[in-house]
Amino acid sequence: MFAALIILPLIGAGVTWLIPFDRMRPKALALFACGHMGLVIRMLIHTPPESPGGWFHLDALGKVVLLSTSTIFLACAVYSMGYLYYRRERSNRLLCMWLLICLSAASLVTITHHLGLMWVALETTTISMAPLIYFNRNARSIEATWKYLLICSVGVALALIGLYFLAYATVVAKVEPSLLLDDLVRAAGKLSSGWVHAAFVFLLVGFGTKMGLAPLHTWKPDAYGEAPGLVGALLSGGLVNLAFLALVRVYQLCIATKEITFFQNALVVMGLFSMILAAIFMARQADFKRMLAYSSVEHVGIMAVALGLGGTAIFGALFHLLANSLTKGVLFLSSGNIHRSYNSKSTDHVRGAMRRLPWSGGLFLAGFLAITGSPPFAPFISEFTIISSSFIQGRMAVGAVFLISLSIIFIGMALTVLPMVMGEAPPNSETTSYRETIGTVGPPLALMLLVLMLGVWIPAPLMNLLREAAAQLEVR
Amino acid sequence: MISLADQFLVLVLLINFISLGTSRLIFSIRAVAVQGVILGILPGLIHSFSWHVLAITIVIIAVKGVVIPQLLGRAVRTAEIKREVEPFLGYVPTLLLGAVFTAFSFGFAGSLPMLPEHQNYIFVPASIATLMTGFLVLTTRRKAISQVIGYLILENGIFIFGLLLAEAMPVMVEAGALLDLLVGTFVMGIVINQISREFSSLDTSLLTSLKEE
Repeated sequence: MFAALIILPLIGAGVTWLIPFDRMRPKALALFACGHMGLVIRMLIHTPPESPGGWFHLDALGKVVLLSTSTIFLACAVYSMGYLYYRRERSNRLLCMWLLICLSAASLVTITHHLGLMWVALETTTISMAPLIYFNRNARSIEATWKYLLICSVGVALALIGLYFLAYATVVAKVEPSLLLDDLVRAAGKLSSGWVHAAFVFLLVGFGTKMGLAPLHTWKPDAYGEAPGLVGALLSGGLVNLAFLALVRVYQLCIATKEITFFQNALVVMGLFSMILAAIFMARQADFKRMLAYSSVEHVGIMAVALGLGGTAIFGALFHLLANSLTKGVLFLSSGNIHRSYNSKSTDHVRGAMRRLPWSGGLFLAGFLAITGSPPFAPFISEFTIISSSFIQGRMAVGAVFLISLSIIFIGMALTVLPMVMGEAPPNSETTSYRETIGTVGPPLALMLLVLMLGVWIPAPLMNLLREAAAQLEVR
Repeated sequence: MISLADQFLVLVLLINFISLGTSRLIFSIRAVAVQGVILGILPGLIHSFSWHVLAITIVIIAVKGVVIPQLLGRAVRTAEIKREVEPFLGYVPTLLLGAVFTAFSFGFAGSLPMLPEHQNYIFVPASIATLMTGFLVLTTRRKAISQVIGYLILENGIFIFGLLLAEAMPVMVEAGALLDLLVGTFVMGIVINQISREFSSLDTSLLTSLKEE
């Protein structure tokens, strides 16, 4: 089962590499994404037992991230069938191949309990995204790719030395040297606090860079701004969650080593800083894809704060992980359509999108309302849970800064989004061959319906899964 | 054997300073290649002979000493650049900063508990000092090639630490880490070529069109 989950996308990558026609490749991509989704659902229902040696173990936390990754990937793969029709000017061979390699590595991150292997997989996802950000092959995209590659590689390299510190802590403590999460948790009491402390700092910085927490987010606006819409959706709805899962694994260790207060405080500070920074840069943003990037900085901030608060906020963090990834999918895919139609991502040129593209414009507007936490959408539930948890715990200042940032972000984002979708298109705006089709509107619409559904009704199995995952992160 | 390993580590530290102080890119690349070869020799000096250690030695020397320097050398030749000009921070200040960082690493490492058999080595301070040197090169240089060199030095620092764990860590993770490094450098090499084609130079300070207005 575990092997199939990893190998299936790799076979897909091989197949898309071999297909000689640009038109066929997105179909193969969607087919393999469907197959992956099927496997994931099967694994969620009949969870395979832990592999001998404990390297592979799909626990509730892994399941939540695996489900969200597979869902957003499926949406992007189906979308690519419609979208890449408008990008016939260049070959999509590399795009399709690297997407599937990334899916394989992403699945590996969620099912392994070996921190070293998880690191390797995470680094692979980082590298696999670089050619995708460079899809447009122009000066701006090369700049974005360079910044992304350099900053993220350095970040993940720092995480590696954090892992080495942990491993050395086990050597010094004279326990069986290991990087298996379960072994480390068991030996936690004996580990020397100096090494463990240093390890946590490096791991937080490393995975925080990959996740895009401020002040380590500087690659994000460029990469999200220059990448095609579907790559942006995968970065903000998929890869961010993988880095979050890595931080959660560190969190589990922190609980066991009693260093948790330090780690929680660091998460709250970085999270709030991310939200404040996003609020500042979101206002008057002239490029709507960069605006979405800052929104992503905000939402990783929200997840970090929630993780740092602990208690009932943990449930909020995990639910927000799902809600954010689905909503980001809606926003990036519909913004991709708007970008195609106007051939511009500047808010000076993009006006009256509702009239020109009723579906994409409407979805973008709905996505904006959802992501800023308006009821009845899913992010409202998660953000409400987190805020109420912070006030119940008596963390008044945290709750206040959180609320103020959210309201500034709502206003700032509205100032950009509302003129984009409302009103008339400027008379001199470029006309392109893009027309709305079921292929490019269907996937974001399906994601939007999911966001709405999760806002009003959470299916019982999902609720149980989230509860089980949250229980894994209880501080005792 | 203890003193021999330490002497090699001192050599690694010296190479750090060479790469901080030189402006010739080819020279820098060669220095990092020598550093890679030293890293390959070190495991044999601190661990008793085993096939595992031999495999690590061969792989590290092949990748860090031969493959990656050749990749970078080719990038330098195709882009026809010889020198790092006008770094963001001058050579003397970076050298001084490098010295401060090295001193700090020794202080930091002294405060951490070590295994008795590792007590006499300078692995930990050498590792952290190399890591910081890499970071320094990465942040103060303008050319994309120099930034990749900085990344390599940073990775070397991590590897020095990894040597302490060569017996404790499974081969697979080491192999994976090495592979990622190789692929990462390879991808960076490709990006470098694209930069030089797009901007007719490898100057990353030209990469400033993406920013907040």
